[in-house]
Amino acid sequence: MSRHRSTASGYVRPMAGWWRRNPYFLRYMAREGSALALTAYALVLLAGLACLAQGEAAYERWRALLTTPLSIVLHLLALALVAYHALTWFQVMPKTAPRLPFAPGLITAAGLAASAALSLLLVAWLAWGVQ
Amino acid sequence: MKRSNEPVFWALFGAGGMLSALIGPVLIFVTGVALPLGWLLPWPAWDHARMLALAQQPLAKLALLALISLFLFHGCHRLLHSLHDLGVHAGRTAAIAFYGFATVATLITAVLLLRIGF
Amino acid sequence: MATDIADISATATRTITIECQRYDPEADAAPHWQRYEVPFRDDMSVLQGLQHIKDHLDGSLTFRWSCRMAICGSCGMMVNGVPQLSCHAFLRDYFPGTVRIEPLHHFPILRDLVIDQSDFLDKLESVKPYLIPRQDKPLAGGANQQTPQQMDAYYSYSQCINCLLCYSACPQYGLDSSFIGPAALALLHRYNADSRDQGWAARADIVNAEEGVWGCTLVGYCSEVCPKGVDPAHAINQNKVNSTLDYAGLRRLLLPKGATE
Repeated sequence: MSRHRSTASGYVRPMAGWWRRNPYFLRYMAREGSALALTAYALVLLAGLACLAQGEAAYERWRALLTTPLSIVLHLLALALVAYHALTWFQVMPKTAPRLPFAPGLITAAGLAASAALSLLLVAWLAWGVQ
Repeated sequence: MKRSNEPVFWALFGAGGMLSALIGPVLIFVTGVALPLGWLLPWPAWDHARMLALAQQPLAKLALLALISLFLFHGCHRLLHSLHDLGVHAGRTAAIAFYGFATVATLITAVLLLRIGF
Repeated sequence: MATDIADISATATRTITIECQRYDPEADAAPHWQRYEVPFRDDMSVLQGLQHIKDHLDGSLTFRWSCRMAICGSCGMMVNGVPQLSCHAFLRDYFPGTVRIEPLHHFPILRDLVIDQSDFLDKLESVKPYLIPRQDKPLAGGANQQTPQQMDAYYSYSQCINCLLCYSACPQYGLDSSFIGPAALALLHRYNADSRDQGWAARADIVNAEEGVWGCTLVGYCSEVCPKGVDPAHAINQNKVNSTLDYAGLRRLLLPKGATE
C-alpha cells in the first residue's frame, strides 16, 4: 500500500492517557466534557416539560427538586462548564470561517459580546419586564 | 474513500453549540440557580398554571423544541467523539445509540409539547 | 572585531542535563532514557546540545537535522512533551531543568530520535498536491495571472516545511493513523484555494471522507505548534463548511470561489 514503507517495523508507542500529558489537551478534554453538563441540563428541561404535561402535582415536585442544595450545586457546576463551552466555542469559531478581511479575534469578541448581551437582556426582562 | 455522513450531525452539533454558547449559561443560571432561590421572579410567577399558558403558545413550543433538541444533538455528538478520544472503540453501535437517544428525546419533546395543547 | 574567538570562549558556560530516549531495534525491547551532562552557552539550540552529545559524549545517538535554521523541517522532536524543531528551541529556556527529548509522537520509532515518516509521505501524495486547471494551457498560452489578493488566499498554507510537528500534536492522528492529518489537509486546501486551480471535485473524495476533514475534532494544537504559521486547523475546519455544502449538493456555494470546475 505505501510507496514509502521502510523495511523496519518501528516501535509503536501506546496512546493511553495522552490527554493527561499536556495542559493544552487537558483544556481540550474539559471543553469536550462540557457536553455532559449540557446534555444533563437539556434532560432536566425535558423532565420539567414532562412534569408540566402531567399536571400541577408533578410540576411542583420538579420545582421542589430544583430548590435542593444538591441541584443548586450541580447547576452551578453545569453553569461553569457551559460557560467554558461558550468561551472556547467563540475562540475556535474563526477556524471554521473562510479568510476574512479582519482579525479573527473580532469574531470571538462579537460572539462573547452577543452572549453577554442576550444574557443581560433575559435577566433584565425577568427581573423588571415580567408582570 | 467513502463519503462520510458527518455533515448532518456536524450541522446539528454546530447549531446546538451556537445556541448553547449564546444562551446556555444564562438559562442554566435562571432555571437552575436564580428562580429556585427566589431571585428575579416570585415563586408563583413560574407556577404550573403560568408555565402551562406559556407552553401553549406556538412560538414557545418551537423555542423549547429547538432548545432541548439542539442541546441534546450537540451534547451527544461531542460525547460520542469524546468516547473515541478516550480510546473506547464503540463504532457504529455507539453512534446509533447516541444519535438515536437524541432523536428519541426530540420526538418525546414534540409529543409532550403537542399534549400540552394550544 | 566585535565577536572574536576569545570573547566566545570567555562567555560563562553552564551545564544542563539532556535526557534522550534511546532505542536500538536490534538490541532493545523498548525505548529507554539516557542522561547526558552538556556544557552550553546561551546561544545554543537544543539541536546543538544533541550535536555536542554526538560529537563528544556518545557517537551512537541518532537524530535527523540539516539546515539548523527552521526551514528544512528535518529536526522535529518532542522537547519536554512539546513538538518542536530542535534547532528552534534553546537550552537556556529549559535551564536549570532537565531537557527531555523523545522522538516525534504518533510515529513509529526507527531508532533513537528517528521516526518512520512513510505514512505521511503517502498522505502527501494522496491529496493531489499540484494545480488542476479547468483546461490544460499550452506553454504558448502564456503565464498565469494572479493578483496579490488571490495569492493571499493560499499563501500561508503553502509555507509548510513538512516537519511533522502538527502530526505529533494531533491526538486524532495518534488515535487513528488513517486520518489524513493536518499538513496534508492544509496542502490540499492550499491547492483548492489557489485561483489557478479548479480541482475541488478531484480532491472531494478525500475532503468528504471520515479520514479527511471529518477526522478532525478541532483540538487546535496543530496550529499552536506549527513553526511556519500555516494554521492547518483553519485549513481543515473551514473545509468542514465546504464539505457540508458539498454534501447538500451546493458546490456552487463553496469558498474560496473558483475552487470548483
